[in-house]
Amino acid sequence: MKTNFNDEIVKKFAIVTIVWGIIGMLVGVFIAAQMAWPVLNFDIPWLTFSRLRPLHTNAVIFAFGGNALIGTSFYVVYKTCKANLFAPKLASFVFWGYQLVIVGAVVTLPFGFTQSREYAELIWPIDIFLTIVWVAYAVVFFGTITKRKEKHIFVANWFYAAFIITIALLHIVNNLQIPVNWHLSYSVYPGAVDALVQWWYGHNAVGFFLTAGFLGMMYYFIPKQAGRPIYSYRLSIVHFWALISSYMWAGPHHLLYTSLPDWAQSLGMVFSLILLAPSWGGMINGIMTLSGAWHKLRDDPIIKLLIVSLSFYGMSTFEGPMMAIKTVNALSHYTDWTIGHVHSGALGWVALMTIGSLYVLIPKLWGKKGMYSSNLINVHFWIATLGIVLYIASMWIAGVMQGLMWRDINADGTVVYSFAETIKATYPYYIARFLGGILFLTGMCIMFYNVIMTIKSPTITENERVGEAA
Amino acid sequence: MKHDFIEKNIGIMGVLIAIVVSLAGLVEIVPLMYQTSVIKPHPNLKPYTALQLAGRDIYISEGCYNCHSQQIRPFVDETLRYGHYSQANEFVYDRPFQWGSKRTGPDLQRVGGKYSNEWHEYHLMDPRSVVPESNMPGYPWLAEQQVDAQQVEDGMNVLRDYFDHPYSDEQIASAKSDVDGKTKLEALIAYLQVLGTSIPRSYK
Repeated sequence: MKTNFNDEIVKKFAIVTIVWGIIGMLVGVFIAAQMAWPVLNFDIPWLTFSRLRPLHTNAVIFAFGGNALIGTSFYVVYKTCKANLFAPKLASFVFWGYQLVIVGAVVTLPFGFTQSREYAELIWPIDIFLTIVWVAYAVVFFGTITKRKEKHIFVANWFYAAFIITIALLHIVNNLQIPVNWHLSYSVYPGAVDALVQWWYGHNAVGFFLTAGFLGMMYYFIPKQAGRPIYSYRLSIVHFWALISSYMWAGPHHLLYTSLPDWAQSLGMVFSLILLAPSWGGMINGIMTLSGAWHKLRDDPIIKLLIVSLSFYGMSTFEGPMMAIKTVNALSHYTDWTIGHVHSGALGWVALMTIGSLYVLIPKLWGKKGMYSSNLINVHFWIATLGIVLYIASMWIAGVMQGLMWRDINADGTVVYSFAETIKATYPYYIARFLGGILFLTGMCIMFYNVIMTIKSPTITENERVGEAA
Repeated sequence: MKHDFIEKNIGIMGVLIAIVVSLAGLVEIVPLMYQTSVIKPHPNLKPYTALQLAGRDIYISEGCYNCHSQQIRPFVDETLRYGHYSQANEFVYDRPFQWGSKRTGPDLQRVGGKYSNEWHEYHLMDPRSVVPESNMPGYPWLAEQQVDAQQVEDGMNVLRDYFDHPYSDEQIASAKSDVDGKTKLEALIAYLQVLGTSIPRSYK
């Protein structure tokens, strides 16, 4: 089989996605264990929860999720434009530059070099380098679109385009800092303004990195694997514009009942509620693509992964607006409920969508008939789903329990529980969550084995290829 | 169909996306930068001293914000447990803000003066020696490491020159000697002890 640059660069992204995924989730499992057994930092600075938690979030969002997004966007854009990737050398720079940013995170965050902005912890020199890499990425992506041989820009590319443009805007505005030395810098925004800028960024890292980008993935790989066109073209237009215009307003829901002025809080809450509609528009469009081919849910474990991913998307985008209602947020904020919510999105939606898409993509890239073992995909599906359910159920219970214990007031007007008592009550749920994480990580290791065996398996011959086409 | 035109023109599509995603920031963030209640410091609020600022950098560096909020909401249980609810004008000198998003441990916004320095020392070295139920890790290395005095001076200069934090020339001139020989533990405790003290703890 002849190779081409387009596939070669996507192969690299596919492999590092899985490797960084395993590393990021391993760190996650380790810090989950520390919450249940705090001695596990062994009094070593760089093994301590508060330094490793940013490494976990950065690794899973930007290393696992980011490589999946850039890799699949290159694949989707060159396939749907029927054009080679624009500026191949720049595309290679994007790959190596992006890996360098991730390595930069690994060698700074555990050693206490951080901006303390959640999901934007990287220090200013790395921020600047990431900006350069991101611009190069935009040049490759949009350059390829301008070279397209199709008149229409395929739906998936709209979402990838919005993701690339918006992440650039968010990254730059949120990281405006004055350096003190090579690692320390102070934000240009004072206190409450800084909080809103950061959560405008933080919420839309979710909205554009973890949602719009992954919807791009969904719009290509679900129709591809189902062998059917997308359910409603009109719905994709409506929910695309509705989604990207309303998401940006919802940031203040991270700051309900704080010192942020009420008018900003109210705007954030209202737009969060509105967001339910475009979010579910995407879910409906994806799931209904299977109409007339529902049997594939039974027969094809990859379809099962992709559709369950969309179900988790629907669930967490229902839960999100609900938690953005001020009275619900009064209970849920600061508790482990938020952690559960994040992981139903991150594991259920983002990771399962990535996993499913990679199972579609990898045999195609390496010229194989299919994955080495369909059974192992099925095992991966079940172990991952079980892990997610264990994780989010334990965090829901823990979160609601913490919220209720904190607000419990005695008849004489004193608080019923000390804070320490609420920690004590949470330990069993921390252990359950740790086990959920182990299950999910095990699934990733099974995937790694399956992928290696697929790459090593015999390549399909020209004859088989002809037979397949016929 | 009009959308057809956008679908065939990446330039138009890119510009429209950029416009649509910029609106929220313009409406929500820009006015906030000019809202007096948010940017004018509380009358009792003082900029962090050299040692407190050093402690604040350590608080950030160690990632304390991952488990501790600094933002008391206006609920009865929170004001009973943590003190007077937080006000925006208490945070004007906080760059970056440290409101946090999760309470694995309790809120710290008004922890200043709540415990003795000695209690904090024991607690940071080995949290379970004073709070048996705690799942906080120990930070014993803070007692062995010294504050970077040069960084404190440079930091105060940045805060004064770029952001008009009201430091006197004397404060900046003595910054290095103020933190000289201090451990990170001492600096962190100095920071914790000033938190939230511009407003009395009591709800009334």
